[in-house]
Amino acid sequence: MSDTAMASRAGTGPARSGAIEPSGPKPRRISAGRIGLYVFLIVSALFFLIPLYIMIVTSLKGMPEIRLGHLFNFPGEVTFQPWADAWMHACTGRDCTGLSPGFLNSVKITVPSVLISIVCASINGYALTFWPYKGANALFGLLVFGAFVPYQVVIYPLIIGLSSVGLFASLPGIIIVHTIFGMPILTLLFRNFYAALPVELFKAGRVDGAGFWRIFFYIMLPMSVPITIVAVILQVTGIWNDFLFGVVFAGRKNWPMTVQLNNIVNTTTGVREYNVNMAATILTAMVPLVIYFVSGRWFVRGIAAGAVKG
Amino acid sequence: MAEVSIRDLDIKFGAVKVLQSLNLDIAEGEFIVLLGPSGCGKSTLLNAVAGLLDVSAGQIWIGGKNVTWEEPKDRGIGMVFQSYALYPRMTVTGNLSFGLQMARTPKEEIEKRVAKAAKILQIEPLLGRRPSELSGGQRQRVAIGRALVRDVDVFLFDEPLSNLDAKLRTELRVEIKRLHHELGSTMIYVTHDQIEALTLADRIAVMNGGVIQQLASPKEIYRRPINRFVAGFVGSPAMNFIDGKLKVDGGRARILLAGGVAIDLTGYEFIAPPKDGQEITLGVRPEQVDLVNRADDSSVIPIDLALIEPMGADTLVWGHVAGTQFSVRIDGDHHVETPSHVDAFFSPSHASIFDKATGARL
Repeated sequence: MSDTAMASRAGTGPARSGAIEPSGPKPRRISAGRIGLYVFLIVSALFFLIPLYIMIVTSLKGMPEIRLGHLFNFPGEVTFQPWADAWMHACTGRDCTGLSPGFLNSVKITVPSVLISIVCASINGYALTFWPYKGANALFGLLVFGAFVPYQVVIYPLIIGLSSVGLFASLPGIIIVHTIFGMPILTLLFRNFYAALPVELFKAGRVDGAGFWRIFFYIMLPMSVPITIVAVILQVTGIWNDFLFGVVFAGRKNWPMTVQLNNIVNTTTGVREYNVNMAATILTAMVPLVIYFVSGRWFVRGIAAGAVKG
Repeated sequence: MAEVSIRDLDIKFGAVKVLQSLNLDIAEGEFIVLLGPSGCGKSTLLNAVAGLLDVSAGQIWIGGKNVTWEEPKDRGIGMVFQSYALYPRMTVTGNLSFGLQMARTPKEEIEKRVAKAAKILQIEPLLGRRPSELSGGQRQRVAIGRALVRDVDVFLFDEPLSNLDAKLRTELRVEIKRLHHELGSTMIYVTHDQIEALTLADRIAVMNGGVIQQLASPKEIYRRPINRFVAGFVGSPAMNFIDGKLKVDGGRARILLAGGVAIDLTGYEFIAPPKDGQEITLGVRPEQVDLVNRADDSSVIPIDLALIEPMGADTLVWGHVAGTQFSVRIDGDHHVETPSHVDAFFSPSHASIFDKATGARL
């Protein structure tokens, strides 16, 4: 026993009975625990993917096949008709125009809301960080508090307010609502991002003769790319997925895709077209899904952006 | 080129007074170093001169103009920061020309000045790079260049070398000195590094607790520190301090140490006539003590040597004098026996004596 130990410690002679002299990269062993872990992870991933799978296969089946009730089966005969119907012909009440007008409405609501809220919030965050004025902290506290106010509480006052200025049930009305409700969390995001930047950058800008706006546009904004991407993701998904504000504030002709989806799915006349409903749901969820897939990498980077240095 | 004058300056952060009725006159073309420990108000003072900080009371004059309420850009100053503060999304050229663009300088003029600054600082090959592609020393050069292109009268340095490694720090220190010789601009330089202060400054302002303790040439600061704080802060290894009681009889001053040892202080120039029985602190720099040779005016000081610390060119010998820690700096080639008891020699005319209670030089 002690002989073996001595020999292997001295590094002489070939290794015997599994006593390998550690050298170079450590060999990776796959233990039973590891295998169990991976099996568990894969199974749970599959489990959570089941609804998506059912949605996709159902949307590709014809109604007669759906009536057979084989939920998990592949479509015997693949048809894209439900997708076309969902996009162009599905009925909400008396209009049978599909989701396409809703898609357009959602774009018209989301794009300006995202732009305006991010521009305002970045300026807010910048001013709160670098140009502290009397009451700046109190205002910031109030803004953060705003992030915790339940939306439902303020809906009625907002309706009164907007209708008194003639913006209720209009496109500008819903854009204003989304901008206001995005402000707390976005300001918090930008303020914390700017607070992590070295204050010397701001001082250097002032010594170089740049004022409030020029420091913002020339120095701060070019550095804000990661946090802006995070803000875009948050806002696009939030506003696109919104139902409540859309149904209340947008007005009938500006109803976003989510409201129309709801109406399509809940239409009770005639047969319930599961395949069309599935297709319509996937279509509506497509935009946030694509955003996540395309920018997930940026999202993580933005969250870790506190580590950015000059 | 411009002189800078700070008059009765007060700066408060809430209830905390950082600077209190501070006065400082800096001559045209002078290189002044604000030296002090962290939190002594030296950076605050520099920021106030730059106009990045509102003053609570008092005035700041630059070039004969009261600039107390002026914006930083209107003060004729350039500032170099410890963290470089280069604009990360701009190239070196962009960084250098930003200030000029803000001042709406004509394009040819900008190019001319950037080229000139790049030449002086030897950063011409780097002009197209981003700050992230530069080393620390190169970044700091660019930061200095940013002040250089704007043709400012006063350069403000806020610990510009503290983020660099020791070798680069020495190199850039020489470079800043050379730059001062070439430009002849007024320079105010904040540091906590006494070597930088001693090597660069025409005059050093040693600060502590928001007050300038001593404003004098590096030599004067080192040789005749005005109080115990300055004496202890400047010099490495630090000055030795021994407490004792002053004994004066017949025009001959001696210090009585604990344990009954008396050291002759003949030759020391007292500012005021010494008083018998006063509690004092004797300050002797490690290199002012000689373990072997006795000069004509030397006094004897008995030391118990305990251990040695070789530092290359020198060796530091640690020991005790009357129970107080004491260090002696000797030539690196010499040899001493430790532990041992020796009689060492120092000349009182080079030493410093402070009042034990107030710390003021006597």
